[in-house]
Amino acid sequence: MIEISGFGTVLLFLIGGIAFVMVTLLAGKILRPERPNEEKLSTYESGEVPASSSWKVFNIRFYIVALIFLLFETELVFLFPWAIVFGNKEMVAETDGLWGIFSLTETFIFIIILALGLVYVWANGMLEWVKPKPKPSDYQSKIPSGAYEKYKN
Amino acid sequence: MITFLVFLPFLLGFVVVGVYGERKIAGFVQNRLGPMEVGPKGIVQTVADLLKMLQKEDLRPKAVDQLLFLAAPIIVFGAIFTGYAVLPLTEGVSGSVIDAGLFFLLSVVSLDVLGILLAGWGSNNKYALFGAMRSVAQIVSYEIPLGLSVLCVVMVAQTLDLQEMVTQQGIYATEESFLFGIKGLKINATGGFLSWNIFSMPLLIIAFIIFFISGLAESNRVPFDLPESESELIGGYHTEYSGFRWGLFMLSEYGMMLLVSFLAAILFFGGWYSPFPNIGSFELAEMTNGPVWGVIWLFGKATFFIFLQIMARWTYPRLRVDQLMSLSWKYLTPVAILLLFLIGIWKIWVIS
Repeated sequence: MIEISGFGTVLLFLIGGIAFVMVTLLAGKILRPERPNEEKLSTYESGEVPASSSWKVFNIRFYIVALIFLLFETELVFLFPWAIVFGNKEMVAETDGLWGIFSLTETFIFIIILALGLVYVWANGMLEWVKPKPKPSDYQSKIPSGAYEKYKN
Repeated sequence: MITFLVFLPFLLGFVVVGVYGERKIAGFVQNRLGPMEVGPKGIVQTVADLLKMLQKEDLRPKAVDQLLFLAAPIIVFGAIFTGYAVLPLTEGVSGSVIDAGLFFLLSVVSLDVLGILLAGWGSNNKYALFGAMRSVAQIVSYEIPLGLSVLCVVMVAQTLDLQEMVTQQGIYATEESFLFGIKGLKINATGGFLSWNIFSMPLLIIAFIIFFISGLAESNRVPFDLPESESELIGGYHTEYSGFRWGLFMLSEYGMMLLVSFLAAILFFGGWYSPFPNIGSFELAEMTNGPVWGVIWLFGKATFFIFLQIMARWTYPRLRVDQLMSLSWKYLTPVAILLLFLIGIWKIWVIS
C-alpha cells in the first residue's frame, strides 16, 4: 500500500470526486442526442418569452445577512483553536487551574462582545423579514354558520 | 486511501438505494405504494431513472454564462465529496490525518454555497436567481448554529481529529470518561452507549438537536427546502439544468445528507462503537467491537439518521422565509451561545 500524507488524501478525494464527475458527464455526452433548436435554447419563464435579463439589482436584505454571517463566522474561526486548548490537562496542572479560568473568562468576554452585536442587529430590526399580512375576508355567506354542524359527522 | 475506495462507491450506492427508499417511505407515509413497476416491488426504479438521466439531451440556454453554468455542479459535488476525506471508517482506519480535521470539513463543505450561487447567477433565469439567493442566505444563516454546536463537541473532546474523537467515546479510550459528566462515575471499562458523547455530557443532547436542525437546512431538505420549492420557484437554482448535470445537484444533496448523518453519528453517538456495554464479566462491548463491526455500526447509525431526515421531509410542511430566518438567528444561535458558556464552565469546574 502506498503511504500518502494527510493533505494528499484530501487532494485524492478532490481529484477523485471531480474525475468521477467528468467520466460520467463524458459517458452522458456519448449516449445523449444533440438536437438543439430555438425553443429549447430559450430561458425558461413559465412559457412566456423572458421579459428581461435577470442580472439586475437584488434585495439589500441578503447583503445584511451576509454581513451578520461574516461577524459570527469570524467568531467561529477564533473559537476553534481556543476550544482544543482551553481544557488542556497539562496547562491546567502547571498553572494550578488558573489556565482554564483565565482562558474561559477571556473568551467569554469575546463572545459577549459579539453577542452584543447580535443584540444590536436584532434591536435594529435587521433580522425581520417581510411577513405576510393575511386580511380577513368581509364576505358574508348566506348559509347560516350552524348549517354545517348537522352534516359534520 | 482506503476510505476513498469505500466512500465513493458507498455514496453512489447510497444514492441509488436512498432515492428508492425515500420514495417507498413517502409512499408509506402518504398511504400509497410508491414505485412498483420496474422490477419486483419497483426495486430497480432508481437505476432506470439514472440510465434515463444519462441519455437526456443537455440543454444550455443561449442566455446563460457558459463558464459559470458548467462549473457550478462540479464545484458543488467536489466541495461536498472532499468533506468525506476526514471521516474515519472504523477502528484503526482513520480518514485523512490532518490537524485541522473537523474544522477543515466544515470549511470545505461550506464552499458548496459558491457553487449554488454560480448556478443561480449563471443560469440568467429569475427563478434560478431567487432560488440561489434564498439558498445562500439560508445556508449561511444555519452555518452559525451548526458551527457552534460542533464547537460544543470540540470543547468536550479537546481535539479536532475525528478518529480520536470517536476513540474517546468507548472502551478503547485512553482518557477518562464519566457518565452524565459527573466526576466519580467512571465509565471507561463499561463502554457501550453509556460512554457516547450525549451520555457522557448530557448538555450535548441540546447541541445535537441544534446540529440536526441546522444539518437539515444545510442540505436544503424539507422543511427547509425554500431554495427549490417546486410550487413557487419551479426548481430553484437548478431550474435550467437538465440531464446528468441536474443529477449532480441531486447527488450532492444526498451526499450532504449522508455527510451530516455521518457527522451526527461520529460527534454525538459514538461513531463506530457498538451500543452494547460490558455487563460485569459478560463482555458484550468487547465482543461487538472490531474493525468489521465498526463499519457496520457506523453505517447503521448513519442510515438511521438518514431515515429520520426522510421522515422529517414527508411529515413537516415548508417554513416561511421570515420563520426560517428567525429560527436561525433568534432561537438557535442564542441557545448555542448559551450552551457554549455552560459547557465551558462544566468542563473546567466539574470534569477537570
